[in-house]
Amino acid sequence: MTRFAETPHIRRKLRNELLARLFFGAMAMAMVVPLLLIVGFVVIKGAPAMTWEFFTENPRRGGTAGGIWPALVGTLYLIILSLCVSAPIGVLAAVYLNEYARENWLTRIVNLAVVNLAGVPSIVHGLFGLGAFVYALHFGKSILAASLTLSIMTLPVIIASTKEALASVPMSFREACWNVGASRWQTIWHIVLPNSISGILTGVILQVSRAAGETAPVMLTGVATFKAIEGHGLFLYHLREQCMALSMHLFYIRTQASGAPEELSYAIASTLLGVVLAVNATAIVFRIYLRSRKKW
Amino acid sequence: MTRDKIEVEDLRLSYGEKEVLHGISFAVHENEILGVIGPAQSGKTSLLRCINRTIDYTAGTHVHGTIRVDGEDVRRTKDVYALRRKIGMVAPLPVGLPLTIYDNVAFAPRSAGVHDRAWLDQHVEKCLRQAALWDEVKDRLDSLGTKLSGGQQQRLTIARALSHEPEILCLDEFSIAIDPVTTMRIEDVLKELRREMTIILVTNLVQQARRLAARTMFLWNGEIVEMDSSDVIFGDRPADRRTYEYVNGIFG
Repeated sequence: MTRFAETPHIRRKLRNELLARLFFGAMAMAMVVPLLLIVGFVVIKGAPAMTWEFFTENPRRGGTAGGIWPALVGTLYLIILSLCVSAPIGVLAAVYLNEYARENWLTRIVNLAVVNLAGVPSIVHGLFGLGAFVYALHFGKSILAASLTLSIMTLPVIIASTKEALASVPMSFREACWNVGASRWQTIWHIVLPNSISGILTGVILQVSRAAGETAPVMLTGVATFKAIEGHGLFLYHLREQCMALSMHLFYIRTQASGAPEELSYAIASTLLGVVLAVNATAIVFRIYLRSRKKW
Repeated sequence: MTRDKIEVEDLRLSYGEKEVLHGISFAVHENEILGVIGPAQSGKTSLLRCINRTIDYTAGTHVHGTIRVDGEDVRRTKDVYALRRKIGMVAPLPVGLPLTIYDNVAFAPRSAGVHDRAWLDQHVEKCLRQAALWDEVKDRLDSLGTKLSGGQQQRLTIARALSHEPEILCLDEFSIAIDPVTTMRIEDVLKELRREMTIILVTNLVQQARRLAARTMFLWNGEIVEMDSSDVIFGDRPADRRTYEYVNGIFG
């Protein structure tokens, strides 16, 4: 009896299986290479310039000497302020769209707006911020205007990722709650949000990288090439002041400031990467914590 | 003559353009078990969702006609949550909410604003006993409801449906995901509950309706083909030939 004999068809099938596995595996591994190269390259080249003074002092001689303290503070200000606006609004809007909104023309328009807003190039957001916040609302070029511009930019992506996270909670959970007389809000608060919070937070925190890295929108709305921090208060910048930012500082040092040592720009890039990776790491740790409590 | 607990008059339901219930009328007596049989897509689940108005949450649905529970029009009721608390609903697939076993059962009373711990403790035990689950879970009320086996989760679902002290219990094919032994245990529970509740038993198992229901409705393609005492429906000569054929497995 040779029912399981190796036919040409079987051999081909096994070979294809192996090839597919190797090929897809290689592609997946390949993703690690650019990351390691970027981080390694930037950090190694920037290492000599990363001293204590580099992180804690104001820049001197047109940025070619001294530190990046104001830019580091400015970037943190922009990240935190923009998220303070976009995260609550984005999450609430997504809850409405996913949990309450009926399928009608108004909802379709809102959804269409979200998708298209997500596709607007960042420089256009910058120009909008300049017109709307700087001039029309008279905020002037300021941290406030720049943060609001970043909020508008990150908002649609936060809405989209939050909706995704909410939609991953099975419909049967909601129906079970409605059936026992829970209101929609009770259902959302006790069942839907606790079980989607890890996905929601991941989506929100990933937007930090974008807010931190963008140059164009903040350049137009509130980030200066040079704005030293005087004194040592808790609030180092005033909201209506302009500030510095790492992304802008890097751009400026590399293109405008002649005579800046090369390792300086790599040190700034390393710092920017560090800020983003630190935030992402927080997100990952938080997610692991929340997932360990996932209940189905 | 017993009182009518639920009266349905000329109920029409459509999803968008497609009408799935074509004007059905019937009444459910107080403290009876009404069996509802019929093939898939005949509108059984939709009918239940109209009664407790969760149909409102499905986009594009239109409901016409009237449903009265205890004489009150459900579409005019001021407090839809009170209406839903009056009706226990058990879905085909077991749904353990991602909460502890205790919280699963305490969820409905808490939603209604009851937070007295001593009362809740007693109540949770009572509901779990009624659903024949207490002995299996009494030592682990703090473990997750979602970690229970399918049959246990279905009994947890029933305990939850009983937790808001309903006067009506709707079971929607409760036994499709559980084994025959568990099914028989739940059927015994239903026989007990019949004393204090009105039960609508939607089922795919013709024999189940025969075992439990005093009267049975045969729903087909959104219309009531026949509704009569179970003896007639499952007997040799129901009024409609299609009933005989469906019940005896000739079609459907």
